[in-house]
Amino acid sequence: MSRKVILCRCEDVTLADVQHAVALGYTEVEEVKRYTGFGTGPCQGKECLVAVATAVAAAAGREPAAMQPFTSRPPIVPTELGVLAGGSGTRATRTRTGTGKRRT
Amino acid sequence: MIDDAETAIVGAGVMGLAIAYNLAARGGKRIVVVDGHYMAWGASGRNGGGVRQQWATEMNVRLMQESMEICSHFAKEMGINIWMRQGGYLFLARGAAAERRLRKSVALQNDCGVPTRMITPAEAQRLVPEIDAGPFRAACYNPTDGIVFPWPFLWGYARAAEARGVAIHTSTPVTAIVPRGRGGFSLTTPAGTFTAERIVCAAGAWSPKVARLVGGALPNRPQRHEILSTEPLKPFLKPLVTVSETGLYVSQSLRGELVGGIAVGDDAPATGGETDEIKLGSRLAFTTAMARALVELMPRLQHVKVVRQWAGPYDLSPDGDPIVGELPGVPGFYVVCGFRGHGFMMAPVVARHYAAFLSGDAPHPLFAAWRADRFAGGRTPASGGEDMFIG
Repeated sequence: MSRKVILCRCEDVTLADVQHAVALGYTEVEEVKRYTGFGTGPCQGKECLVAVATAVAAAAGREPAAMQPFTSRPPIVPTELGVLAGGSGTRATRTRTGTGKRRT
Repeated sequence: MIDDAETAIVGAGVMGLAIAYNLAARGGKRIVVVDGHYMAWGASGRNGGGVRQQWATEMNVRLMQESMEICSHFAKEMGINIWMRQGGYLFLARGAAAERRLRKSVALQNDCGVPTRMITPAEAQRLVPEIDAGPFRAACYNPTDGIVFPWPFLWGYARAAEARGVAIHTSTPVTAIVPRGRGGFSLTTPAGTFTAERIVCAAGAWSPKVARLVGGALPNRPQRHEILSTEPLKPFLKPLVTVSETGLYVSQSLRGELVGGIAVGDDAPATGGETDEIKLGSRLAFTTAMARALVELMPRLQHVKVVRQWAGPYDLSPDGDPIVGELPGVPGFYVVCGFRGHGFMMAPVVARHYAAFLSGDAPHPLFAAWRADRFAGGRTPASGGEDMFIG
């Protein structure tokens, strides 16, 4: 059953994968992230973090409330290099301060 | 509760774990590794995973040839996938000065048997068609360099060390180290106090802090470097590509993500305040500089999305060379630090020779070249001549 339960849809990490990581002694969310790769795809853990932390707590026999989330990293959403570079025709998204218009 | 040890290793990064493994494999007993965080929290879990033999000093070229050899057998010997891919390293040079440096180091590498060759920008573009080769005047390429996924090295070394009797305690910070009258040390942690006949400080950029616990002084300083990762792409990028003048580097992992960084000036000292913690926050200045440089190098990447950025510390010594061996004034306290952002790739070979040194074998020449007492009296010796740093 646990092999068919997918916790991280971006990286196809199953409940069994998480339980295996815990069995190897990786009982922190940060460690399980590194061992399984969960939370490293497009959603960066926004969909799966709570589910995985709960599964880690259950497998490790720890209180769910005691689990620490992994450090969230910029950007908030996957962002194109061209936008971050601010060039090549992508400047139209710039917001001018004071006009109150065009907030994109 | 931690058992008394013959050798206590502070730092469960790749260097500390590899030394523990090599020492145990040579028959060493009573080896304890302690770390204040989880495994891979420090620079071993934050680096780009590059492994190259293109260096500018014979010492580094030969060490990295040996390290590459160890890496190529690592998966089989340790039974763990390290996602190694030998796609080569491509160094690009914009200016004449960088071209001269590359030519000089390529000649040295060839003398050591590394098959690096100088190539034209047009040849570089044939190797990586996505590059805009216009700004470059020369390049060099060694097809036998490569990249690995750093984390499995830690797990592989840790597992193999534990199988040989090494005790590894993570989330166990050392808060005090007191020399004992008859030699050796007493180490205090939240899990209890234990003794060790000798200590190996393998704490990377955090080494000065550990040395201070026992009254030792190390002259290195941390420098924050940042990396980003993109969404995974179909494999297209064979070598790791780096630009000499800017420190830009980018490679494609076996997972398909582009992983790379660039040197940006540190806006503030990387340590400070009462806690003396190394600053590892992310900065928009890096993201912007990296995105601009990457899109300029490969214009087709402009619509590729960045998913994550993070930071790690380079560990810089005053003369740019590592610091190894017994720390002056603290008998029995050994250091291995100052690897300036390439400690990960050097660890497999340095750890092998470090374990031999600790076991009483004749020391490898690196122990004379990188000896800790060269900074005695506050002087900065002439550097060993290495200038092929990235970032």
